[in-house]
Amino acid sequence: MDPATKRPVQGSAKLVMDSYAEYALEVAIQLKEKHPGSKVVAICVGDKPTDDVLRRAYALTADEAVRVWDPAWADLDSQAVAHILARTIQKLGGADLVLTGREAGDIERGVVGPTLAEELGCACATIVARVEAVEGGTAVVRREVDGGYALVSTRLPAVLTITNDETNVPRLPKVKDLMMAARKPITTLGAADLDLDPARLASPLELVDLYIPVQEGQCEIIEGDDGPAKAAALARRLHELKLV
Amino acid sequence: MQNVLVYAGADQGALTKSAREALGAGRRLADALGATLAAVVVAADTDALAQEAIACGADRVYAVANPILSEYQPDLWVAALEAAARAASPDVVLITGDTAGKELAPRLAFRLRAGILTEVSAVAVEGGTVRWTRPVYGGKAMAVYTAKGPVVIGLRARMHDPAAPAEGRRGEVVRVELSVSPELAATRIVEKIQQALGGVRLEDARIIVAGGRGIGGPEGFKDLEALARDLGGAVGASRAACDAGWVSASLQIGQTGATVAPDLYIAIGISGASQHLAGITGAKTVIAINKDPDAPIFKRATLGVVADYKTVLPHLHAELKRILGK
Ligand SMILES: Cc1cc2nc3c(=O)[nH]c(=O)nc-3n(C[C@H](O)[C@H](O)[C@H](O)COP(=O)(O)OP(=O)(O)OC[C@H]3O[C@@H](n4cnc5c(N)ncnc54)[C@H](O)[C@@H]3O)c2cc1C
Repeated sequence: MDPATKRPVQGSAKLVMDSYAEYALEVAIQLKEKHPGSKVVAICVGDKPTDDVLRRAYALTADEAVRVWDPAWADLDSQAVAHILARTIQKLGGADLVLTGREAGDIERGVVGPTLAEELGCACATIVARVEAVEGGTAVVRREVDGGYALVSTRLPAVLTITNDETNVPRLPKVKDLMMAARKPITTLGAADLDLDPARLASPLELVDLYIPVQEGQCEIIEGDDGPAKAAALARRLHELKLV
Repeated sequence: MQNVLVYAGADQGALTKSAREALGAGRRLADALGATLAAVVVAADTDALAQEAIACGADRVYAVANPILSEYQPDLWVAALEAAARAASPDVVLITGDTAGKELAPRLAFRLRAGILTEVSAVAVEGGTVRWTRPVYGGKAMAVYTAKGPVVIGLRARMHDPAAPAEGRRGEVVRVELSVSPELAATRIVEKIQQALGGVRLEDARIIVAGGRGIGGPEGFKDLEALARDLGGAVGASRAACDAGWVSASLQIGQTGATVAPDLYIAIGISGASQHLAGITGAKTVIAINKDPDAPIFKRATLGVVADYKTVLPHLHAELKRILGK
């Protein structure tokens, strides 16, 4: 963490695809397999090193990859990212389904997907675990709700934000696809290619502090000769501490 | 002077726990700012909800009532919140930390051309400026923000003390007209499937026995379930265990799962990734059973056992049964 910029220092770490974006891509690939003739386009807002992420998408059999970047975009917040993505999708001619991860693993939490739906003026279903069916301009999806699931029907085009489920665990790429991915072209677009509203690129928020909270934790390790002895000692401590 | 507006969500004719948390946070914020607290309730019939919101601290309630609003549908709710916000012109809108709030907050922010912060876990006022704190990087760091203009704040569930209703509090109810057609609902909830999980709801459980990848398969979770049952608790899981299909994804605890606050959390075969720990910040006592002495879970735990859980669990279960006289 850089104390001055309050941003993480990347160092020699490689960029990887965001965890929930991988689940979203898996859902997209499965849909493509079920609906021959459909096309999966991977889009990422980021500078040149972001190509690694798009190559990963290619390796997982995405059909096209588009990277959007402008050197002036150093510090985009998620509303700005959603705006850029929306204009990019429009520029590319639109999509029936736009899939995003339910939330990013770094800073923002679940803002890009719903904002993107608003930007595109299309339907939105969040925290989607499964796409059950896509038919006749409608998708039926299974989403998480508090205390269970809901079946949701959504008109296309729609933005779905994808959560993890046993049916969409990201696959591993095949060696052949990994090799081909390295040679595939990545389309790049910049600010000049898109009809952007500068007001939507400026963050209305200011990051004033970033800190790593101290973990006080004092763990008492239960000793014992073997499993049963440790179990007995743990049960005793739980009882002493009135925890059971 | 700032206006604070709280979305007070409801379920089956009563405010939800998340709504009371939002009203609690809203009341404290309004008091610190010397502002009035407004709330918005959305339903087919809002009379009782409006009174409940006033009892929970609202000075004014914007009531969006329309027969079409009998059940939660996201598109209709965004329109309702937008109408209420236009009437209230708030500087700050606080949105509940439940799954509805998570999708409503960014969409409302877009429509109001406001900024947005989600998962806000702490609110402080310094010199008239509100400082919003939220976990970032999977809970590894905390970020503090200030807003340059109007802002929609998504609250993190279970981090804000809920308002306790006070009978006899007075407030004003303002009706907000909403003309919408059912056609507006491009996304419709057709059916809800509530998970009946052996009685105790994860979110309400006093004791949780949670398993991770280290459990090794669905059979191991049967043993965790048996222990949870005898302790009167519930079973939870890590994302790795849910993704493996060993247990239902609705048992997932963490940043993208349930947020729980039990008295006792027993983590078995869970490494303690920050995203998992994000779901148990409210747990009073954490016990870890893990074969790796360096697993990060031991940094969060009060008591730890370093062992293969299979050698510990049957005896632990038997011992606890004996202690509990079962
Ligand atoms: C954006 C984002 C959100 C996420 N949200 C969540 C979330 O909500 N919840 C969540 O849980 N994760 C979440 N994750 C994933 C998280 O980062 C971890 O990958 C996950 O929690 C790991 O699960 P685990 O501890 O079960 O598995 P592992 O990390 O693989 O740990 C398994 C542990 O079991 C121990 N073990 C193995 N065998 C035994 C044995 N026989 N006896 C005892 N111990 C044993 C090992 O020592 C190890 O510590 C999220 C990740 C991202 C990027």
